[in-house]
Amino acid sequence: MTERLFEGADWDFHTLQRITDACEEVALKDLGLDVYPNQIEVITAEQMLDAYSSVGMPLFYKHWSFGKHFAFHEASYRKGLMGLAYEIVINSSPCISYLMEENTATMQALVIAHAAFGHNHFFKNNYLFKQWTDADGILDYLDFAKNYVMQCEDRYGRVEVERTLDAAHALMSHGIDRYPGKKKLDLRAEEKRAGRRRQHEEEVFNDLWRTVPKGATKSRSALSIERRRKLLGLPQENLLYFLEKSAPRLAPWQRELLRIVRHIAQYFYPQSQTKVMNEGTATYVHYRIMTKLHEQGRISDGNFLEFLGSHTNVVFQPEFDDPRFSGFNPYALGFAVMQDIERIVTRPEDEDREWFPDIAGRNDVMGVLRDVWANYRDESFIGQFLSPRLMRHFRMFHLHDDPEERAGIRVDAIHDERGFRRVRRELARQHDVGFIDANIEVVDVDLSGDRRLILHHHVIKGSQLNETDAKRVLQHLADLWTYDVALIEVDTNDKVLREYVVSPRPIPAAVA
Amino acid sequence: MPIHIIDRRLNPGGKSLENRQRFLRRAKSLVQGAVKKTSQERDIKDVLEGGEVTIPLDGMHEPRFRREGGTRDMVLPGNKKFIEGDYLQRSGQGSAKDSGPGEGDSEDAFRFVLSRDEFVDLFLDDLELPDLAKRKIAQTESEGIQRAGYTTSGSPANISVSRTVRLALARRIALKRPRKEEIEELEAAIAACTDEDERVELVAELERLKAKSKRIPFIDPLDIRYRRFETVPKPVAQAVMFCLMDVSGSMSEHMKDLAKRFYMLLYVFLKRRYKHVEIVFIRHTDRAEEVDEQTFFYGPASGGTLVSSALQAMHEIVRERFNPADWNIYAAQASDGDNSYSDGELTGLLLTDKILPVCQFFAYLEVGESGGSAFDLSDSSLWTLYERLRTGGAPLSMRKVSERSEIFPVFHDLFQRRETAQEKTAP
Repeated sequence: MTERLFEGADWDFHTLQRITDACEEVALKDLGLDVYPNQIEVITAEQMLDAYSSVGMPLFYKHWSFGKHFAFHEASYRKGLMGLAYEIVINSSPCISYLMEENTATMQALVIAHAAFGHNHFFKNNYLFKQWTDADGILDYLDFAKNYVMQCEDRYGRVEVERTLDAAHALMSHGIDRYPGKKKLDLRAEEKRAGRRRQHEEEVFNDLWRTVPKGATKSRSALSIERRRKLLGLPQENLLYFLEKSAPRLAPWQRELLRIVRHIAQYFYPQSQTKVMNEGTATYVHYRIMTKLHEQGRISDGNFLEFLGSHTNVVFQPEFDDPRFSGFNPYALGFAVMQDIERIVTRPEDEDREWFPDIAGRNDVMGVLRDVWANYRDESFIGQFLSPRLMRHFRMFHLHDDPEERAGIRVDAIHDERGFRRVRRELARQHDVGFIDANIEVVDVDLSGDRRLILHHHVIKGSQLNETDAKRVLQHLADLWTYDVALIEVDTNDKVLREYVVSPRPIPAAVA
Repeated sequence: MPIHIIDRRLNPGGKSLENRQRFLRRAKSLVQGAVKKTSQERDIKDVLEGGEVTIPLDGMHEPRFRREGGTRDMVLPGNKKFIEGDYLQRSGQGSAKDSGPGEGDSEDAFRFVLSRDEFVDLFLDDLELPDLAKRKIAQTESEGIQRAGYTTSGSPANISVSRTVRLALARRIALKRPRKEEIEELEAAIAACTDEDERVELVAELERLKAKSKRIPFIDPLDIRYRRFETVPKPVAQAVMFCLMDVSGSMSEHMKDLAKRFYMLLYVFLKRRYKHVEIVFIRHTDRAEEVDEQTFFYGPASGGTLVSSALQAMHEIVRERFNPADWNIYAAQASDGDNSYSDGELTGLLLTDKILPVCQFFAYLEVGESGGSAFDLSDSSLWTLYERLRTGGAPLSMRKVSERSEIFPVFHDLFQRRETAQEKTAP
């Protein structure tokens, strides 16, 4: 019989090494995963809280809001309201996984399989991550960002930098390119780019230009609206990008800060679109690896039972009327769909053959799954692979809540023959960021007049912006734009529902 | 594939300390308000312990574009009895309606723990002793000398022999300078030698060693080390605070509690803010005594009232220990305002002639019964006297307190940082 990896709950660094080696063997040989090199770091609870408050990254620029989050998490952790995650994993190359020191040996094996192989494979292979993130460059880029922010604080004052970052953070969710652009992001080049531009400025600096009398400005009134919009690249839904490129009175360093915040938002964009898949993949992988290790006799029955206990907690899905219910658990949903795919591929029933003719009975479980992991995001994944059997298993139903409807909330579809497709489409939609985030874009700038920036919010299903928050965000936007900003909420028939106009706050006298 | 396993647990903690400080700075006014509110409810001793405060998150809110309202669609698990086309009553379906992620709402007001230092800093943030005028003189005049390691240059008087010899020894060993014994041994060998060839060899060896020991000096200038001294500004005790408390029989428990709270606050403030403030505790009935803080705050006493006795005691202590030319002198007096009628004149005289001229600042706190308002009682004898002096231009501050909750505002009021003309002109 093969030697056990560990006995009981204790572990040391040799144990971790043995566990990682064993997991790697299963992951690469049996599951055929393709992963970034792994780096595993053991951390304390305090360090885990640290990581929480800087969005899970090992290094980040300094900002008060991270301190706020830390205080918040710490308070709820101390009161026992919140447990800490067993691990955090970073989409970088090498892929860094943080393990909590309190974990038992079984838990360490679980999280190594989960993070260092499951998440890692997903990061490396999913098309969204390939398209939008640069795993090789992210750590260097964060280092650059941190130093850049620090330098700006030295040079231009902490208050000024904080003001710009506050504004940028408020617009962060609208600082994302949703469609692939011309070129792939190269984060390593970013630092060089900033340096080159500064150097260029220094080289061409000539104080004489200041003294040259300015001629009469050319009349631009002839510009047609179409031409103007084209020149400004409108309509533009990436508000941070638009400000970085077109805001008339921002200092170069402010533009660079907007760019940094934009890049970081972009880096996290795929994660928000693949929560179910990402966690599903990792859960599926850890389940396969741990089961295999148990079959090989490398994990004892007792430890395997401990694992099953934790695993069951992770994939627990409370029902809608359970007090613990807070939406679909991405671990549960993702894991269930992937296990279901395994069943369809190996032991299909007639219903499956009808619904999934492409994969039913193909017998190559890992091939199918690897393909799914590489080419789908939550929305398309649920939209295509949620089977009737699973909808029956979860007993899903669709509620339609129209405030105009007096009778109450309508049950629109349930898990029956008539409802399968509608339930599935609706659940897929709930995971589509296009529907989750407000659709706001810059549509025009009144260049010849008062330079007012005009934005539209395309209201879907009557869901308008929260007023207080919208005003505050617009205030930040106006401060960056330095002229008036108007946000118009229009419904699908171009009917104006509401209009906000915000003027920039006067900038306090600059401190030298 | 190489796998790195790294133990980060020993990395220095407090990585987010700076972010925390920024957060506190940002939320300063909110936190300060919360700190003051908390401190009113607490026992004064516990104020120092730090602890949990709650602040409204409104000022710290990070706004985002959020959508709300409109028609909502949701897919939920766990259907038991619904079929298509059923209607659910809105009120009864709370659990289904609340299912949206409520992240924004869950942090409306949030509690967090301040460390002891953070708490006290915020608590005492904008307070200071008024008119610390003599401080600057004191600072420039006194500089002490302190040993600060070794240096390679200096005056001959400061040569550190032991350090120099130690370095020389190390150098000689390192460069293999022949020892005296070795040369003597060799000379003895030459003297005892009979064979001519060997003798020539030994002589050559001797010459070589002698040359070498000449080349490598016993003590080289390189070895010499001097003791280094640094001048450090020598802190002199710059200020003294006299705490004068009336503990006579006319002071009720409530009044004593008020007075003690006030002094406790003063004590915390001075200890915390000024490293070199001396505090003198004087309590008096019809006679005054200087006591230590333990007795001052916790010792029982009772008797008649003669305010002048305390002033007299203070005056004597000043004369003995605190030369007004070098010291900033402050006094805070707490009393219920009762004084024997005959003592009034003497008190006034002492104050105007002896005490006030040497004092930077004199605060008088009159404690009253709970619920007693300043309006329905005629002013006490002491208050009347002090009021007269104050209108005459004496540097007196006077306040009345009758409730616990007033203590901090009054204290704050007395010691609030002021932009005095002197501060402004000071370099």
